[in-house]
Amino acid sequence: MASNAAVPFWRAAGMTYITYSNICANLVRNCLKEPHKTEALTREKVHFSISKWTDGKPEKPTVRSDSPEE
Amino acid sequence: MLRRAMGLLARPVAAARARSFSTDLPAAQTADSTFVEAWNKVMPNMDPPKTPLSFMQPRPATPSSIPSKLTVNFVLPYASELTTKEVDMVIVPATTGQMGVLPGHVATITELKPGVLSVHKGNETTKYFISSGFVFIHANSFADIIAVEAVPLDQIDANLVQKGLAEFTQKLSSATTDLEKAEAQIGIDVHSALNSALTG
Repeated sequence: MASNAAVPFWRAAGMTYITYSNICANLVRNCLKEPHKTEALTREKVHFSISKWTDGKPEKPTVRSDSPEE
Repeated sequence: MLRRAMGLLARPVAAARARSFSTDLPAAQTADSTFVEAWNKVMPNMDPPKTPLSFMQPRPATPSSIPSKLTVNFVLPYASELTTKEVDMVIVPATTGQMGVLPGHVATITELKPGVLSVHKGNETTKYFISSGFVFIHANSFADIIAVEAVPLDQIDANLVQKGLAEFTQKLSSATTDLEKAEAQIGIDVHSALNSALTG
């Protein structure tokens, strides 16, 4: 089997599929007409709150926000 | 050496005949019968609890003759655009080019590139621009299209597309690292696809 099969250019540059897919989605969202664009930009934000547990009790949660890749 | 090769060849063939291909599977079950029997032996008076399997809709079996319609599930991370919609044909922007999917299409998994998805039903066609995703076509004429972003073509702003294309072409020429070049190239690909979607 060809282990040197042609890989997509983004994978050859060290990018994963998810990064590639998110970049494509962000670019498409930035090219939308106005009311749709603002709705779409709210979808771009990914945030989650993490709480670490010690001794069976959760500590105060922190909100992590993943800023969109430029 | 040849005799060993024959021995090696014989085994995989026998194994393949023992298992059916995943494209010819019968309809999926809705309840685990061994669990239900074991439960009834122990607790004959109570109903067995429902397992996740019973909440799922069973996979329809592969029909013996080609069905007349293709059933499409088109999903996005935030919404389900089409759910089990019966259509005549869909054209998906696969990485290898525009691919038409008709009922009875061979089971395929394809990665999509940024491009236009068109859903044909009777005389009407609905088009969406997809940012990227995958298509899973099953042997029973069900197609699952998953994409991260899909917009109807009339929501795309042509000026922004032109600006983006110019910006990324410029970024490509000024890019130094591999990663920057890849990002600029992605920008060019997406914007040119948007451009041809608007003009084509």
